[in-house]
Amino acid sequence: MFKKPEALTDVPFHYCPGCTHGIIHRLVAEVLDELNVTGRAIGVAPVGCAVLAYKYFSCDMQEAAHGRAPAVATAIKRSVPGSVVFTYQGDGDLASIGAAEIVHAAARGEKITVIFINNAIYGMTGGQMAPTSLIGQKTTTSPFGRDPELTGYPIRISEMLATLTGAKYVVRTSVHNPVNVNKTKEAIRKAFECQLNGIGFSLVEVVSSCPTNWGMTPMEALKHVENKMIPYYPLGVYRSPEEDAKK
Amino acid sequence: MAEKVLMKGNEAIAEGAIAAGCQCFFGYPITPQNEVPEHMSKRMIELGRVFLQAESEVAAINMVYGAAGAGARVMTSSSSPGISLKQEGISYIATAELPAVIVNVQRGGPGLGGLCPSQSDYFQATKGGGHGDYHLIVLAPSSVQELYDMVGDAFDLADKYRNPAMLLTDAVIGQMMEPVELKERKVPNVDKSWATTGHQGKRKHNIVNSLGLAWDELAEMNKRLYDKYETIKANEVRIEEQNVNDADLVVIAYGSSSRVAKSAIALARANGVKVGLLRPITLWPFPSKRVAELAARGKKFLVVEMSFGQMYEDVRLAVDGKAPVDLLYKLNGTVPSVEEVQQRIESLK
Repeated sequence: MFKKPEALTDVPFHYCPGCTHGIIHRLVAEVLDELNVTGRAIGVAPVGCAVLAYKYFSCDMQEAAHGRAPAVATAIKRSVPGSVVFTYQGDGDLASIGAAEIVHAAARGEKITVIFINNAIYGMTGGQMAPTSLIGQKTTTSPFGRDPELTGYPIRISEMLATLTGAKYVVRTSVHNPVNVNKTKEAIRKAFECQLNGIGFSLVEVVSSCPTNWGMTPMEALKHVENKMIPYYPLGVYRSPEEDAKK
Repeated sequence: MAEKVLMKGNEAIAEGAIAAGCQCFFGYPITPQNEVPEHMSKRMIELGRVFLQAESEVAAINMVYGAAGAGARVMTSSSSPGISLKQEGISYIATAELPAVIVNVQRGGPGLGGLCPSQSDYFQATKGGGHGDYHLIVLAPSSVQELYDMVGDAFDLADKYRNPAMLLTDAVIGQMMEPVELKERKVPNVDKSWATTGHQGKRKHNIVNSLGLAWDELAEMNKRLYDKYETIKANEVRIEEQNVNDADLVVIAYGSSSRVAKSAIALARANGVKVGLLRPITLWPFPSKRVAELAARGKKFLVVEMSFGQMYEDVRLAVDGKAPVDLLYKLNGTVPSVEEVQQRIESLK
């Protein structure tokens, strides 16, 4: 029978209609329950739309300063033996202000799992340009469309982190249709297993939608993910223990 | 008696932390405190505890937040510009009511500044530094032995009140070598059932947080902090006094300045000047009541500090216009000499 995962509380989500946070929160919670680690889990919430994630997950939670979740998670993992530590971060949090923290956590091979929600915009603060916003994308701080002459090109986090030896499992997925929702769940499970097996740093970059700040309907937003986001952010496994073993 | 060792100030900070049961240290290189992370990098690993050189002072303070939230005794150290970087994290730690120790080995400022000692981070330490209504408990040692002892005091106070505590020292004391008695310290058993250690299915989940979006949620958080600070102010003031009772003039100085002042006072006393020393050991809470008492008894004050005059303002506040307060300020890049302090004392008698 379909029921709420143990790893989610009863607090109703505040997310917009069509927001993919709801799906991804659920996938993370299901994986925690299925791996039987919810009791050992400590999650670190970001600053962003998911700032209230500390109310939504029923494991121990810490709310981090903007971008600092990987540093917070590093300390929790190293000071609580047996803990299963994850961060949940948006693209402003992880790729902008938190760029140093994510790179160094990955470089150090911290045995944490990062769930990276890439919707190419700052959602909570009302739709500003993000490091992952696409060329030409109109946002509240790029009203004429993102101009590479002015603001460079969007950052591909998975590809970048995959070059770091300590980053053992790096994968990009999406949740724009059921097939890919299932693939995302599998990726999240493998990421937590990478942590549980003591292999190293794991990150799942989930290409997500933000209908509200993209100025689209939820369905248009999912189409935008498929037709515009994924061509720039190709889905796939960028690092894995299996591939590393072959080298 | 415990082993007595000739030790550098920064090393005494590290050893004092270890004796006090510090479980995690997160730091970053910056002169003049590098011996702290260097010493910790060896000793903490030898002891099977947690050491990490973070990618920045920002990352380090956020690691402190994470470990503190997870129930560990945790410390970071830095110097003035690095402490500026930590302010956001400190505000979060105070608001989330987490215990932690932050060491500032002050250097010349402002900006990139210099490597000389200073006391110009007093405002930063005692008036917030980070945003919002919060306070650090601030201890100001004046010798290498006090560095060793007061690190442990900082940990205990931080745990007692679930509040970050700062050890505010300077480049002179950090770099000088003095004999230190390596006293053993009893590490208190502190209830940390609020920490995020994983609920194991046996309790409600714990949340470490500083966000209060609902106005009453935020007001409640602030009320807890306000009440806590009132309690600390009432109970934790620490002072050292020398020859104050019969003094006409009371010199108020802390840290390195207090050492210079002690020598100058001894010389002035030998010349018949009735002068004493009030050395605040806690800069926050500031010994305002004691200063006010002395002002009411007709004493005059001379503040000696290595800044434009920051503690001077707290003395003025405490005195509330009831007594004259003179200031011997030192611009960063200079330190007070015994002669100039003695001269000023004798000119004020």
